[in-house]
Amino acid sequence: MTVTGAYFDAATAAPLHPVARQALLAALEDGWADPNRLYTQARRARQLLDAARAVTADILGVRPDELSFTASGTAAAHAAVLGGLAGRHRAGRTFVHSAIEHSAVLHAAQRHVAAGGAAASVPVDRLGRLDPDAWAAAVAAPGVGLAALISASHEVGTVQPVAAAAEACAAAGVPLYVDAAQSVGRTPVPEGWSLLSASAHKWGGPPGVGVLVVRKGTRWESPYPADERESGRTPGVLDLPAVVAAAAALRAVTADAAAEATRLRALVDRVRTTVAATVPDVEVVGHPTDRLPHLVTFSCLYVDGEALLHALDRRGFAVSSGSSCTASTLRPSHVLEAMGVLSHGNVRVSLHRDTTEAEVDRFLAELPQVVADLRAEAGAAGL
Amino acid sequence: MTGPTEVLDCLGQRCPLPVIALARRLPELPVGAVLRVLADDPAAAVDIPAWCRMRGQEFVGRVSPTSYDVRRER
Ligand SMILES: Cc1ncc(COP(=O)(O)O)c(C=O)c1O
Repeated sequence: MTVTGAYFDAATAAPLHPVARQALLAALEDGWADPNRLYTQARRARQLLDAARAVTADILGVRPDELSFTASGTAAAHAAVLGGLAGRHRAGRTFVHSAIEHSAVLHAAQRHVAAGGAAASVPVDRLGRLDPDAWAAAVAAPGVGLAALISASHEVGTVQPVAAAAEACAAAGVPLYVDAAQSVGRTPVPEGWSLLSASAHKWGGPPGVGVLVVRKGTRWESPYPADERESGRTPGVLDLPAVVAAAAALRAVTADAAAEATRLRALVDRVRTTVAATVPDVEVVGHPTDRLPHLVTFSCLYVDGEALLHALDRRGFAVSSGSSCTASTLRPSHVLEAMGVLSHGNVRVSLHRDTTEAEVDRFLAELPQVVADLRAEAGAAGL
Repeated sequence: MTGPTEVLDCLGQRCPLPVIALARRLPELPVGAVLRVLADDPAAAVDIPAWCRMRGQEFVGRVSPTSYDVRRER
């Protein structure tokens, strides 16, 4: 099936970058061998893996031996949290994190708590920005093993004060883990962290490739049964062709990142202002300026999120939602909940390099009627 | 403190239905009246206060895990 229509869910998975497609096909030809063996085919695979690592490390500004590929952004997040805590278990067993981390981080936190550790969640304001004073107090408390802050919210786009958070961590002697899945390939990530993770399908690489960086001097202990691969950080064999493609895509998007951010930022600003002006009773959420270039979220009063997704899909718009019942859960998004903003009727629009101005304008032209129809069906027109 | 003027039973309803019911009923009560909304959808905990903020009505508080008091301000 060929997918037509406007795809606005890059924050879940960006379409495969053409450079990634080429690299993937080429690597399927000569990158299928196990890079850990000692024959010609394996050496070729090893070269490809080393080159992919060197490119990715260079773009992230780290040493190649600090970077491991993983099977997903989720796996990288789990390894960062559980490995970072295991490495510091003598220093402290409390895991400090923002209230708006990705579920991968929160699920790792739950595992840590179930195993006898503790977790402390730091609130955000109504715009989705970390409370810096609460953060500084939380990381300075006794017994903190690790702190985690998402680089920018995957649900509402608000960029987080990573540099300030890192300073507070440094002052307290606590390592900082940054989940940079929504930033890598789009915007620079501030320094000062000890652990970082990212996910290739967010930047135009294939799904099923994550990145875990453990800076030199960071105490990290594998949460998995022993395995030598990827510096002992990723169990099991990598999908090497996908890794090669991920690195190729990252190089390509990084070269265009500044121009692309400017282009998408203008479209996102148009969505923010037009939706607020043309759809009654809508709450456009997230920080108005300090935000990711490609992602915008709003909530429509009296509208069921699931019905809205289906109505938009019928008109050829693929978006996601933080409303309850739109994912596998009956709870609304913990991010919208932490911000205290309307959670029903929520739509997240996230753009990518193939997004055109015409697609965005068609969406903006059709949205008011879609919302009005759903409100009329629910008997909520004119409330 | 006096109790609510009226109770609106939205138990078993999924959001946004409790919010729609609230929006329909509150303007029919006199200014100053308190409407207690019973709702067990977890989203109500976020959406009822958010509705009050957007509509300029007073969210008095969550009085039990499944009941929320709202005062008509205007
Ligand atoms: C902020 C953030 N962290 C982690 C992940 C997980 O990445 P993956 O989809 O590669 O498992 C995602 C994607 O949903 C994300 O947006």
